[in-house]
Order: sequence, then structure tokens, then C-alpha cells
Amino acid sequence: MGMTITEKLLARAAGKEAVSAGELIMAKVDFCLGNDITAPVAIDEFEKAGFDSVFDPARIALIPDHFTPNKDIKSATLVKQMREFARRFHIEHFYEVGRVGVEHALLPELGLVGPGDVVVGADSHTCTYGALGAFATGVGSTDLAGAMATGRVWFRVPASVKFEFSGAPGPFLTGKDFILYLIGEIGVDGALYEAMEFTGPAIAGLSMDSRFSMANMAIEAGAKNGIFAADATTKAYVKGRFRRESLYAYSDTDAVYARVYAWDASRIPLMVAKPHLPGNAAAAADLNDIAVDQVVIGSCTNGRIEDLRQAAEVLRGRKVHKDVRCIVIPATQAVWRQAMTEGLFEVFLEAEAVVSAPTCGPCLGGHMGILAPGERAVSTTNRNFIGRMGHPTSEVYLAGPYVAAASAVAGHVATPQQVGLKAPGAQEAVAAGVPDKGERSAR
Amino acid sequence: MDTDQIIAARYLNMKTAEELACHLMEDCDAEFPQKVKAGDIMVARENFGCGSSREHAPIAIKGAGVPVVIAKSFARIFYRNAFNTGLPILVAPEAVDGISEGDELEVDLETGSIRNLTTGKDYQAEALPPFMRELVAAGGLLPYLKKSTSER
Repeated sequence: MGMTITEKLLARAAGKEAVSAGELIMAKVDFCLGNDITAPVAIDEFEKAGFDSVFDPARIALIPDHFTPNKDIKSATLVKQMREFARRFHIEHFYEVGRVGVEHALLPELGLVGPGDVVVGADSHTCTYGALGAFATGVGSTDLAGAMATGRVWFRVPASVKFEFSGAPGPFLTGKDFILYLIGEIGVDGALYEAMEFTGPAIAGLSMDSRFSMANMAIEAGAKNGIFAADATTKAYVKGRFRRESLYAYSDTDAVYARVYAWDASRIPLMVAKPHLPGNAAAAADLNDIAVDQVVIGSCTNGRIEDLRQAAEVLRGRKVHKDVRCIVIPATQAVWRQAMTEGLFEVFLEAEAVVSAPTCGPCLGGHMGILAPGERAVSTTNRNFIGRMGHPTSEVYLAGPYVAAASAVAGHVATPQQVGLKAPGAQEAVAAGVPDKGERSAR
Repeated sequence: MDTDQIIAARYLNMKTAEELACHLMEDCDAEFPQKVKAGDIMVARENFGCGSSREHAPIAIKGAGVPVVIAKSFARIFYRNAFNTGLPILVAPEAVDGISEGDELEVDLETGSIRNLTTGKDYQAEALPPFMRELVAAGGLLPYLKKSTSER
């Protein structure tokens, strides 16, 4: 019987010829990571259990990114604990302000994770690395403690579900629209405990950054991991970057899938997810009556260079609406530098958006842009749960960078076309149906 | 029920069970931390604990003295965190439908049997796979790994 990519990678990690869905295995991990929220709890557990060594100091990353730059004494104390642990065990990949970035943007960028890896991270969005053809999944702090000490972790082998996208996506459509559409179709527990495999001709045309943003949100459908088979795009990305040897795995033609979904990408509109679930999918163009107080462009979902270029494409020559605060957060130092070199900051500053240091910050309601009671944000992040970005009565609409930037300009949820952006190749600007500049619909 | 509601991110600069328990379920019901008493059982519907991997969620629940969570289903990271940290959880969809707020329950964690003393009805939770029982018997993930590593 054939195996899926996920099954092949887990079989290798478990030292077995084959594994099948439902099987419980003890697997070797290629890399593990934790952040300033989860690693301190892991370190406590590691010490409490009496471990006195780590399995491999070069295969552990400790990334203080959530409350960075440290927002208060308690957060600073958590990072201090990580720093001391990193020094004690000579953990090479510990990065702080000036070097640190949002973990799931930073690790692929530094080439610490790559094709064929089995990665666990004490952060639910660890599934991001599936974009590289790795098996990557979020775990808890105790799992991380066990992985740091022994290099091993237990898994129940997930059943795989195949998602095939065909057709030519419309203008301004990105991976974020694909994944918001998908979660809208199957629901936030639509792939519970399962492996999501993204495939089809429309996927082949997606950039690495779009794939990262899709794999990133596999967890929002309840999945264990999301994975893309490596192709020329993947290979070009990891070339000269990934520090270990790539292992390319592909699903067998007779591999077993629990379900197969097939969608025509040409029918997917520019998407948002309405409060308070990532599965509350809606077309952005239909929500012009939703006024916005804040727009956030950044995060492990959409804080990479391509995301910032897309936001700049909309903001170039336009202004952020007078009633909106627009916060741009490049995910890493390298993305920051690249955006600066390309002149994107000039565009953001002219538009009257602010550019922040790399941080998870407002995505989880940590700091750097918290919402007051009743306020509403459009955000390129991955979760819109109750109270996620601030007060429990505040609201978050999830979207890709194009829609987020257009919403910042319009003062309400909008598409790039609705703020006058010409679709590539289009003959005339489509600006119909947008209220006049400065006018906002009632809430 | 997502982990942001179980314990909001603004409290994740803390990590002790005592501190976290003071804010359990606060964004869902502001009075919850005052109302919950040691021995109270949490009963939930589908996908309990979805979202963030924060182990602070099961830590806060244990900190409040909740001895077991019964749900129709659990999100996967919460499921493993609960086992790894020693918070007993039971998957029992029928029991959830048969329990109302305030009912008195008798739960046998060994067998997974649930008796609703208020209604007199009995329910059976899903059995644990043998590996999970081993984890529980060893006292959690780390003692299990420590034992199996030293045996190799």
C-alpha cells in the first residue's frame, strides 16, 4: 500500500519501513523550537524532570518573539530564563532584539528547517514549515522539554486529506485567500488530527511566501500539519540557504486519503474571515459596510517581503484613512532591511502607516497595537478568536495584505479594486461601489 | 472553545498554576475564576482547546482545582498537552448531551465511566489507547521519556 508524504516522513523518523494512519509512534525530531511564552514552561519541566543535557544544541531554537522587545518586567524575566538556559547548554540558535524575528518566518529564512525534516515547535503555527515539504507540527511545552532532552516525540500518525486547487486565480489573489476559502468550506475542525496535503496546478503557481501563509493556517482547520510536495519553487528557495541535506518525499499514486477536495481557484474571491472564527469566510468585496479602526500587516502568516510588497502596491500614492491606524510589522530583520532597501518604507510613511520592529506583538493581543472595547481590526494574522487582539468586545477580520491595505485606505473592509487599483492587465480602473473618500458607512 | 478564551494571551507573561487560575475563562465569563471551586468538572462541546499551543490552558484548569474535563472532542494540541501534563480528559459526546450546568457527577478515571447523579444516567467515555495509558501510568511524558531513555 502506498504512503503519503506525511506518512513517509513519519515512517523515517520512527525508524520503520511504513506507518499508517492511527498508529502511535515514537519519532526522532530533526529540529525543535520554543518561544518566550512556551519555552520558559518547557525549561521548568525539563529541570523538574531532572534532565541535565540536551539532545543536540545545534537542533534547538529558542526564539523570544511574542512579547519582543520585552513589553514588561514579567516578559523580560521569561526571556532572561531562556537566555540562561541557552548559555548553559550552548544552544546556538537563540536570537534577541536586533537579530530575532517572528519564529516561523525566521527559521526557514535562516535555513534551519527544510525539505524532509520532522520538526516540532511549542507554538501552534509550527505547521508553517510544511510549505517546504517538511512534517512540522505544534506541540506543548512538555513535549518541547522532552524533545530538547531526548530528541524524541510521540505522534499518532494522522490520516491525510488532499486539497486540489485548479484553475487560474483572479487578480490580487494570494495563498491567504486560498486558505481562508478552504477553512470556510471545511470548518475550524474540518481536518481535526489530520494531515492537509495541498496540491494541484493552481498550487504550483504559488510563491513560497504564499505557501508559507497557507501551511501556517493548517492548524486553524484543526490539522496536525499542512504539507506541499517540494517543486522547483521550493528547491530555488532552499538552495544556498538550508544548512542540512534536503530529503524530497512525494506521495505515492496509491496513497490513501481520508477525503479529497477539489476546488476551482478562479472562483475564489478575495477573502476575509469574520469574527470570531477563522472559518467565518466571506468575500471582502461584500463587506464595505464594516468600518475599521486598525489594520495590522505582519505576523508569521503574512509578514514576509512579498506581503509587504503587496501592501505597498496598494498604499503607493494613497493615504491611510484618517480614522484608521495602520501598523506594518516586517517579520524579520532581513525582511525589514529588504523592505527598506526597496523603498517600501517610503511608501508606508507617505501613506501615514507606522513600521514596527519585528514582533508577534498585536497578533495575540500582546502589545504594539491592542484594541479597545468595541474596536475593529483588519489583520493579516491567523486568528480572530474573541479578545484575540485586545478587549473581549473587539473584533478581528482576517485577510491577506492586499485586502488589509485596501481596507486601511478605505476605512472599511475593501478590495484593491475598490480603492482604484488596476488589476494587472486590466484596461480600466474598477472603483465602483466605494463610498467617497472620507465617508464611512455606519457600523 | 479556544485557548485564548481559556487563558487570554495578556496573562501569558505568567506561568504558575496559581497566577493563571485567577484568570481562567475570564474573557468568556468574567466571574468564572471566582465561581469555580475545587472539584468542579468542566464539560464542553466540540474542539475544546483549539488554537494556540499554550500549555498555560491545562495548567490554569488544573490550578483551579478542576479534576477532569469532559468534551465531545478536543483539539489536538490541547489533547496531548493534557496527557503530557497530567490533566485527565474524557471524550464522551453522549455524556455531554446528558449533562446540564450544576449537575453532580461521579467519574471513574480508570474505567472512563461517568454517572450523572442528578439525572441517574450512566455514560461511558472513549477508551484510551494502550500507549496513552502507559504515559499516564508513568506519571506523564517526561518521566516516561526519562525511563525509556535510560533503558536504551
